[in-house]
Amino acid sequence: MSVVTLRVNGQEVAVPAGASLLEAARAAGVELPTLCHLEGLTPVGACRLCLVASETGGRLLPACATEAAEGMAIRTDTEELQRYRRMTVELFFAEGNHVCAFCVANGDCELQDVAVAVGMDHSRFPYRYPHRHVDASHPLFALDHHRCILCTRCVRVCDEIEGAHVWDVAQRGSECTIIAGLDEPWGAVEACTSCGKCVDVCPTGALFRKEDTTAEKHPHAERPEQLRRAREQQQWRNQ
Amino acid sequence: MSDLEPAGAAAPSTAEAPAKLRLATVWLAGCSGCHMSFLDLDEFLFDLAERAEVVFSPVASDLKTFPENVDLCLVEGAVANVDNLELALTLRQRSRMVVSFGDCAVTANVPGLRNLLTGPEAVLERGYMELADRGAQLPHAPGIVPELLEKVLPLHEVIPVDLYLPGCPPSAERIRAAIEPLLHGQPPLLEGAAMLRFG
Amino acid sequence: MPVLQPETPSRQLRCCGASGCRSAGGEALLAALRTARDADAGAAAGLTIKPVGCLRLCGRGPLVACDGPEGTRLYGAVPPEHAADLLAAAREDGPDAGVARAALEPHRLDLDEPFFRLQRPVVLETCGQVDPESIDDAFAHGAYDQLRRVLAELTPKQVRDEVRRSGLRGRGGAGYPTGLKWDTVALQPPGPRTVVCNADEGDPGAFMDRSVLESDPHRLIEGMAIAAYAVGADHGYVYVRAEYPLAIERLRLALQQARRKGVLGRGIFDSEFSLAIEVRVGAGAYVCGEETALLLSIQGQRGMPRPRPPYPAQSGLWGAPTLINNVETFSAVPAILREGGDWYAAMGTEGSRGTKVFALSGAVRHTGLVEVPMGMPLRTVVEEMGGGVPDGSAVKAVQTGGPSGGCIPAEQLDTPVDYESLLSLGSMMGSGGMVVMGETTSMPVVARHFMRFSVNESCGKCVPCRAGTVQLAELLDRFVEHRAETADLERLEELCGMVRATSLCGLGQAAPNPVLSTLRWFRHEYEAALREPSHCEPPDSCTVGADGETRGYAP
Repeated sequence: MSVVTLRVNGQEVAVPAGASLLEAARAAGVELPTLCHLEGLTPVGACRLCLVASETGGRLLPACATEAAEGMAIRTDTEELQRYRRMTVELFFAEGNHVCAFCVANGDCELQDVAVAVGMDHSRFPYRYPHRHVDASHPLFALDHHRCILCTRCVRVCDEIEGAHVWDVAQRGSECTIIAGLDEPWGAVEACTSCGKCVDVCPTGALFRKEDTTAEKHPHAERPEQLRRAREQQQWRNQ
Repeated sequence: MSDLEPAGAAAPSTAEAPAKLRLATVWLAGCSGCHMSFLDLDEFLFDLAERAEVVFSPVASDLKTFPENVDLCLVEGAVANVDNLELALTLRQRSRMVVSFGDCAVTANVPGLRNLLTGPEAVLERGYMELADRGAQLPHAPGIVPELLEKVLPLHEVIPVDLYLPGCPPSAERIRAAIEPLLHGQPPLLEGAAMLRFG
Repeated sequence: MPVLQPETPSRQLRCCGASGCRSAGGEALLAALRTARDADAGAAAGLTIKPVGCLRLCGRGPLVACDGPEGTRLYGAVPPEHAADLLAAAREDGPDAGVARAALEPHRLDLDEPFFRLQRPVVLETCGQVDPESIDDAFAHGAYDQLRRVLAELTPKQVRDEVRRSGLRGRGGAGYPTGLKWDTVALQPPGPRTVVCNADEGDPGAFMDRSVLESDPHRLIEGMAIAAYAVGADHGYVYVRAEYPLAIERLRLALQQARRKGVLGRGIFDSEFSLAIEVRVGAGAYVCGEETALLLSIQGQRGMPRPRPPYPAQSGLWGAPTLINNVETFSAVPAILREGGDWYAAMGTEGSRGTKVFALSGAVRHTGLVEVPMGMPLRTVVEEMGGGVPDGSAVKAVQTGGPSGGCIPAEQLDTPVDYESLLSLGSMMGSGGMVVMGETTSMPVVARHFMRFSVNESCGKCVPCRAGTVQLAELLDRFVEHRAETADLERLEELCGMVRATSLCGLGQAAPNPVLSTLRWFRHEYEAALREPSHCEPPDSCTVGADGETRGYAP
């Protein structure tokens, strides 16, 4: 296995060739906030929280979707990046209807977590209060679009791991929305196997089990990676 | 935060003891849960009473008019009606430091959900007409029932805010961590999930 | 060769059949001409009525060029009633020629005007001369000569060397060196490759590529074929926006004719080289002009940009190395091969070689298509060629680069038009749209117009673009509606900086440009749009008006 060496915040680190900058940062003991990224799923670089700066300048790089290269030197926590990250999280809160107080994911929500991580004590952007809806047509699960941050983890896990491709994105810009099937009620989509992986990976309270009420959702974001390891390397959790 | 010397300190003092910090707490559009949490400060309330004088509060004072020269004002609740708005403007003018106290003040939170309906008429229509079991009628009592604002707003969209204390409600520990340094003229350090988390 | 004037003029009437003239009644005029000719066969003997592509001065359509041994006369805004006059005027020796010409005199356009005289047609050299629906006419104008020669005489590397020598840079907007891109694709590990033509011209005020497709589609096909040979591709796609129905129709027809004549397909011109080209029609998304989104769209997926690297040159369509150039870039290639890279490089400036086509519109007397050498001062294009603002008042600004570009103020009009100069002014070359603005244009309104465009066209994948542009548009509302505060200026700039630095693709990264450039050159207009200070008493409580109006984005 060939290895590349690079510097993360001045610290030398060696990672397998092909590893991402996010993996390199973690190898250096540096935690980067992420929302769209999830181990086991194809990175999309959409949430922009893991952006890092190259010491040689140029555009900021999404750590999840950028391959580590020999001799690279990156900074993960410049004053500028911190400012951008906080604004990014504020934009997430302002564009949806995130009311933590009675959310099913309250206390176990990645959006809440990144808000803490970036030190967001309030949003400087006015809340948009978009008109969205709740799809409770599935017998076991529900999708509350008010809480959706369009990370597309559900789209990817259903496509890449479950192979059902129930979910996709419709419309564009601020009108974007996750759709089931051909924009049908979730419960009417026969391709859905009711496996619940989308609920497991949803970083917020958008996808949840119907039996869960306020602060009762506990996701399992580790599952795609476990499943991929099981399939590709025949490594099971109980081994 | 050095400007948070108690108002009395600058004035010629007749007593030996240092002037107490003039503390106000305000209840706008919220459930009063933040004030309940404030009362959960338990024995710290005694320490507080030694250092601060509560000059205006729905839970510890009977004054109806917001006083002058307030040092520290905790504001619970969003700004939802004209009374909220008027009080918010007044307290800002009369307070040296204003704290958005709890998620309703910080984000508009649950009261803000009515913004999903377009405008106060739609809200009243929904609440008093469509959902009424009997005797449906819109409330109308000018000068008694305050008019709703077009939108429910977080406090900082109405007046400048100096400190944000999120939480629904903020726990007593969180409130104490914010207030205690302020009593000593120090800026509080609000970091990490224990201090910052919404909800 | 002067613009619009054929080398060997035969007696003919060339009628513009491109979209601009069509919308001005070009089809009715052409029909009337044909009817008049049929009614009086004798008078029209030896006279050809030829539908052609863009005759440049789109704002004066429908345009008709009247050729004869004595030269070319151009007429504009000709109503069908003048059909007989046009026929008579075209006949130099006819008894009524003098009378007819007198009748047409009000419609006469002067080809010695700077608008025409200063053009340097390369990409557009046969645009307006050749019948876009006839491959035989295209052959007669030299189409595919260079493809034939290249296949017979040059190696792919020699072709790439020639293109690199020309200094040609991508005409889609970013200006990436074309030769370098071709080399990058060619030098990938062995395997299939694809060429893609980006004809998803979406900038408001840009119609260069549409004009090429509608006027001279075989030039594009030849350029693509040469490129495919140079990088080792045997498959190509032209991605055209659905809003260009005529361009799609003519391109499809041209491809069909090219296949029939054997200039596309297997073993082209008896060489080993094969090429198939397909048309893919967009579905109305501006972002599909972004190359990675465009590729996904061709693959039948949702058009959303992905992070680069890998660049399409490394991993593009279905993972294969893919060369993407825009219409104008490919269309410059045949002339470069014919005349040599050095010839092309001799035009333009040090960093920006050759010529560039611009679509001139807005508050300008002469609206239309101009091809000029790079480095020509903006003032020459706008004031001399464009003729300035119609009412004679001063130009206030020129918008280039569409929603990704910026407004260049009148005091900077002496700037040469090249990639770097426009960037240094906070705008960009873009694909070539040039919108002239007069004194009455409000810059915050312009900025909001473009921001709303970006709001509508954001694909929604990354949050700075999806949500940041919405917040920017709201902030701009406050300026347009005179309810902004001083602090809103800082908020505007801070958020612009964030959206620019953190967005995933060019659309989001460039979306703040119209704001930043107008803030840079017209900041006083934003300041003048602030809420009256007298409304704010006392200052601390001025944040809510009597109507409960909010502070908006607050610190």
